Amino acid sequence: MTAADLAIILPEIVLALFAMGAMLAAVYTSKDAMAAALTYGTATVFLIMAFYIAVTGDGTRVGFGGMFIDDAFARFAKVAILLSAAAVLVIGVEAMEKSDLLRFEYPVLITLSVIGMMMMVSAGDLIALYMGLELQSLALYVIASLRRDSVRSTEAGLKYFILGALSSGLLLYGASLVYGYTGTTLFSGIIETAAGGEMALGLLFGLVFVMAGLAFKVSAAPFHMWTPDVYEGAPTPITALLATAPKVAAMALFARVVHDAFGGAVGDWQQIVAVLAVASMFLGAIAAIGQTDIKRLMAYSSISHMGFALIGLAAGTAQGVEAMLIYMAIYVTMNIGTFAFIMTMEKDRRHVTEISALSSFASREPAKALAILVLMFSLAGVPPLVGFFGKYAVLLAAVDAGMVWLAIAGVIASVIGAYYYLRIVYLMYFGDDREGLDGQMGTAAYIGLVGCAALMLLGVINLFGLEAPAAAAAEVLLR
Amino acid sequence: MAAVTFYIFALSALAGGLLTVIARNPVHSVLWLILCFLSSAGLFVLLGAEFVAMLLIIVYVGAVAVLFLFVVMMLDVDFAALKAEMARYVPVAGLIGIVLLMQLSLAYGAWEFSEGIDQRLGNPMPPLDEAHNTQALGLILYDRYFLVFQLSGLILLVAMVGAIVLTLRHRQDIKRQNVLAQMYRDPAKAMELKDVKPGQGL
Repeated sequence: MTAADLAIILPEIVLALFAMGAMLAAVYTSKDAMAAALTYGTATVFLIMAFYIAVTGDGTRVGFGGMFIDDAFARFAKVAILLSAAAVLVIGVEAMEKSDLLRFEYPVLITLSVIGMMMMVSAGDLIALYMGLELQSLALYVIASLRRDSVRSTEAGLKYFILGALSSGLLLYGASLVYGYTGTTLFSGIIETAAGGEMALGLLFGLVFVMAGLAFKVSAAPFHMWTPDVYEGAPTPITALLATAPKVAAMALFARVVHDAFGGAVGDWQQIVAVLAVASMFLGAIAAIGQTDIKRLMAYSSISHMGFALIGLAAGTAQGVEAMLIYMAIYVTMNIGTFAFIMTMEKDRRHVTEISALSSFASREPAKALAILVLMFSLAGVPPLVGFFGKYAVLLAAVDAGMVWLAIAGVIASVIGAYYYLRIVYLMYFGDDREGLDGQMGTAAYIGLVGCAALMLLGVINLFGLEAPAAAAAEVLLR
Repeated sequence: MAAVTFYIFALSALAGGLLTVIARNPVHSVLWLILCFLSSAGLFVLLGAEFVAMLLIIVYVGAVAVLFLFVVMMLDVDFAALKAEMARYVPVAGLIGIVLLMQLSLAYGAWEFSEGIDQRLGNPMPPLDEAHNTQALGLILYDRYFLVFQLSGLILLVAMVGAIVLTLRHRQDIKRQNVLAQMYRDPAKAMELKDVKPGQGL
């Protein structure tokens, strides 16, 4: 361990010190009274760190004997994680305040969780991977059950915790098998063993277990069971967080493991990822149809979107990874916009999440309804919105990698999935005219909603130059 | 001689583990568990890992097992009913276990070392005459795995914060002890001496 090592993890160190300092400051002064200020402060620190990571880093730096990798891929994922977490924090302040949940531990726990996510995307070792994953999940378990007096929030936290522990167990068992057959926990060592093309059967077992654990974290079918319940039970701003930053981190970690550690045996994991992708897309699309709660609907929507992102991974090429990264960035933006609205759905001063409450919303709030329309069309992948380009990129990557059947399955699932997004739009514009939402929307949430919708329209021009860094990130991962 | 000692420790560890599961009385289960830990500690000593052996005894036998004993004795859990519940699932569980066992034997049956594993399989333990146990462990923990060691510290911090966030309640409707108010009480003001005359009362 040298100063050079510490310089590589500077952003993580800054965040950890900030989290601890903020907690001490809050405990010794006004406690929950400064929670709002602390939340905005945390978001500012996230933004500064995202800027720092985006501007300063170049090339690939490896620290701590290969345990920590700072390359273009990690930086891309970290910037996406930090920006989305900052956006969710700012948008959620008002909703958290209204439900009397804004405690000073909330931004602190999210900061610690974000450190875990940053460790995940930079992991170069099975142990570092697991530590990052646990730090991330443990903090999320706690904030998912933040509303202690609600049975459903507690249930959500408990369910998340138990199933998360189960998935960690699967992952650890797989990791121990991988270690047993390769003699090392470093990805750079594992890839040497797995490169020969012929993997020992035990190593393959280990890979399957590790992938099952990771699939749990990205909530890919058939490991998705926890998602709808947790999304529904957790307080809405926290659901928004669960649907964005951790998904980017888990997906990036997935890509890191399969390419950095098992890049020599693409054929062995490609089929598993493809099966996960198809199952997630169809399950997410079909199971969402019957939902009446918009948070559950968004849970199934996220399962389906994870399926699409996995298509990019299943392609096993640099183009596929690039498409996956672009897809995740777009997905996160769409979700922030949508959740900015869901957080503020109110009727008679009470937070409601029934889809039926949206009936004839457009006649009362035409501007917001238009923004939601844009977001829903983008989620469904209707051209010419940005969501379409994300889907197009992953499908193209699959076709170019010779997996035409996967692309066709993706198109079919996308058509099925379009139904429930369009149903929301239909309800808003042509639903029965009756008393619906009457809550006011705060400035931050309004900017979040309209801003993300505007991004979906304006991004059509050049995706805000997203492609170049994504391509660089993908290239460095597959080097 | 070493082989004989190994078999004695290994057998008693196995027996302890088995009896932990099948003992009827939960207190006996904990005692068998302690036997299992002690035998494992013996195995560690045979491997030359004295420090880990002592840790196992101090932490697991000294703290964890005693804690188990407390919990088992204090909680009024009807273990017989729990076991009856478990017995209902034995056939299914046995079937799944056999399938898993067969799959794993398939995996392990084809055990072969990949090429060049000798180089990658770095020996993390320096020879005993260069560095003793504690030193070797410290080198690994605080040098090579410094990053993950610090990360585990953060994880423990999250666990601590989480436990407080989820359980601490500030109740307003109860009387609390105010230590400072108690200490700064002035005896002259707090007490009043009255001279009660006989037969008059206050």
